[in-house]
Amino acid sequence: MTSYEDFAGREILPLWEGPDPVNVPMIRHWAEAMGDRNPIYRDDAAARATGRPGIVAPASMMQAWTMRGYAATVEGPDAGARAGAAAGARELDGLLEKDGYTSVVATDSEFEFHRELVAGDRVSVREVVESISPEKSTALGTGRFVTTVRTYTDQDGEVVAVQRWRLLRFRPKEARAPRPRPAVNRDNAFWFEAAREHRLVIQRCAGCGTLRHPPGPCCPHCGSFDWDAAEASGRGQVYSFVVNHHPRHPAFEYPLIVAVVELDEGTRLVTNLVGVEPGEVEIGMPVVLDWLDADPDLSLPVFRPQSGIAA
Amino acid sequence: MSGFSGAAAIAGIGATEFSKDSGRSELRLACEAVLAAVADAGLKPSDVDGMVTFTADTNAEIHVARSTGMRDLTFFSRIPHGGGAACGTVQQAALAVATGVADVVVCYRAFNERSGVRYGLGQADGPAETGADSAAYAWLTPFGLSTPAQWVAMFARRYMHEYGATSEDFGRVAVVDRRHAATNPAAWFYRRPITLEDHQASRWIAEPLHLLDCCQETDGGQALVVVSAERARDLPHPPAVVLGAAQGSGDDQHMMTSYYRPRITGIPEMGLVGRQLYAQSGLGPADMDAAILYDHFTPLVLPQLEELGFCAPGEAKDFVAEGNLELGGRLPFNTHGGQLGEAYLHGMNGIAEAVRLVRGTSVNQPEGVRNVIVTAGTGVPTSGLVLGADR
Ligand SMILES: [Zn+2]
Repeated sequence: MTSYEDFAGREILPLWEGPDPVNVPMIRHWAEAMGDRNPIYRDDAAARATGRPGIVAPASMMQAWTMRGYAATVEGPDAGARAGAAAGARELDGLLEKDGYTSVVATDSEFEFHRELVAGDRVSVREVVESISPEKSTALGTGRFVTTVRTYTDQDGEVVAVQRWRLLRFRPKEARAPRPRPAVNRDNAFWFEAAREHRLVIQRCAGCGTLRHPPGPCCPHCGSFDWDAAEASGRGQVYSFVVNHHPRHPAFEYPLIVAVVELDEGTRLVTNLVGVEPGEVEIGMPVVLDWLDADPDLSLPVFRPQSGIAA
Repeated sequence: MSGFSGAAAIAGIGATEFSKDSGRSELRLACEAVLAAVADAGLKPSDVDGMVTFTADTNAEIHVARSTGMRDLTFFSRIPHGGGAACGTVQQAALAVATGVADVVVCYRAFNERSGVRYGLGQADGPAETGADSAAYAWLTPFGLSTPAQWVAMFARRYMHEYGATSEDFGRVAVVDRRHAATNPAAWFYRRPITLEDHQASRWIAEPLHLLDCCQETDGGQALVVVSAERARDLPHPPAVVLGAAQGSGDDQHMMTSYYRPRITGIPEMGLVGRQLYAQSGLGPADMDAAILYDHFTPLVLPQLEELGFCAPGEAKDFVAEGNLELGGRLPFNTHGGQLGEAYLHGMNGIAEAVRLVRGTSVNQPEGVRNVIVTAGTGVPTSGLVLGADR
């Protein structure tokens, strides 16, 4: 059976010639669409004045000359991707699919240009696998980086550009349910808004300066309804903690460590501990602030062991 | 004139401005009104020991009390049925004052009925609830701290740390409960006792709580009939006289998550209940012949024993290990099997068992029971009873 290592050097797209020769109208449309006012793409005389043979094509159009066109796109991915694909491509797709790498995202494109294209050039491209990485864990999911080299040649078979193209083919992370929404109201909105900016704040009485958390509309010590918010240092220690096993909420990974952390400022808050195994947590353990962007609408302060930062 | 007539008066009034859009939270409106009324009466928030509001109010007593600087509450009561509650709140307060259950009771009601939830618009498609009770969960549930077992586990871990208690110390409570349930035909766990090894081997729910630290969940009902002691003497059973009945909400009280107090190893609201029970009944811990202690989770049974004066803080683990909770022990405990063994009926089945103990009809009846102490839920504003045999 074929393994990923065997694909290095395999052709996945045999030499394919673009449908149209390099031509001035397409160059002009491209430059207009891109807002590129460089006269060497529009004005023959201006291009010649720079020592060029005439109007040249922008380097960024290299792929455009070899695109399969609208029809291949609307006929669906199979028709588009596999029209003219080599057996190597089909084999690789099959292998990736079998391993569950069903999602794809382009991660890099590096071009090396050998000469500028001029009207009348016929561009062809051929794509060969350079390497397939071992399985990696990424923010998107677990997958393999597939690096290919696309070689662009002209009508004489001379290389005009080389493109190193990298895709991540991956198993999408299991989508987690969003964390339970906090009920945000006039008394606590400031705290969640600050959290979205990655600032941990503590409500402070404007009358007597007492810090209080959880916040409330007025000060139990002096009765003042005026307050502002002090920014916490982000240092504290574990006051108590639990390790949740059951029941499981789809937003969380278990076992889940929830702690009451006592901040250096003296107030306590409920939070999660990260970067530590449940068996390693101890009451009194120094911890430092970190941020969890749970989802686009919710950022939460979490804490990790202080030593973890130093390491 | 009957009973409490003439025994109470309204001494202070206070309100916010009345508008179409207050621009502030309902909790803040409640705090402003309460502080104004207390000031009008020439009192301080810390003088208040009773609160009454509507069941329809979003501002639970503990949020108002915590914010305004009230301390211990010995009376809190709510009246249902919307606007019909208004005068009822004053009646509750008057009853409490007349009977000495509380000295200073604040009645309150606050809402953003025009800019917030408008009753006139009907109940469909209401906005997301953002009252003070819902907002209290904002500090917990986004972090995955959302079940009673998890909330209690946080106290339990700290208690273990400060007092050297272990999971086995909690397990011994479960073993006693299940031993008593095993001989109670009404118990779910009838004939199914457990050992300490079973407890230790049961799976984790929320460390440090094992499955067998947690009470069961039950469908059922329990009711009690209260009449005057005099009338009770003419009825078929020996009366279980209410010698003490008390509520307690402590300083800086939250719902099962009072993690912000200087120390969290005790249950101060239960201490408050206990002191009232003993004062009302003229009895003390030494006079209690049995105890029905709320046992939704085993760890909070230990600090109850401490708060109620059966042993010193931190010593409950030894009190339990020495066998004091057994039928032949100093303080027979949860003779029906408790909520771990008999049924979880929010403590009401425990009151029924205390009645049976006073009547002498428990299936696990210890000898010579005259007085029984009963507690309600722990971690929350709570209550307790001392029931005794007729004297
Ligand atoms: Zn203040």
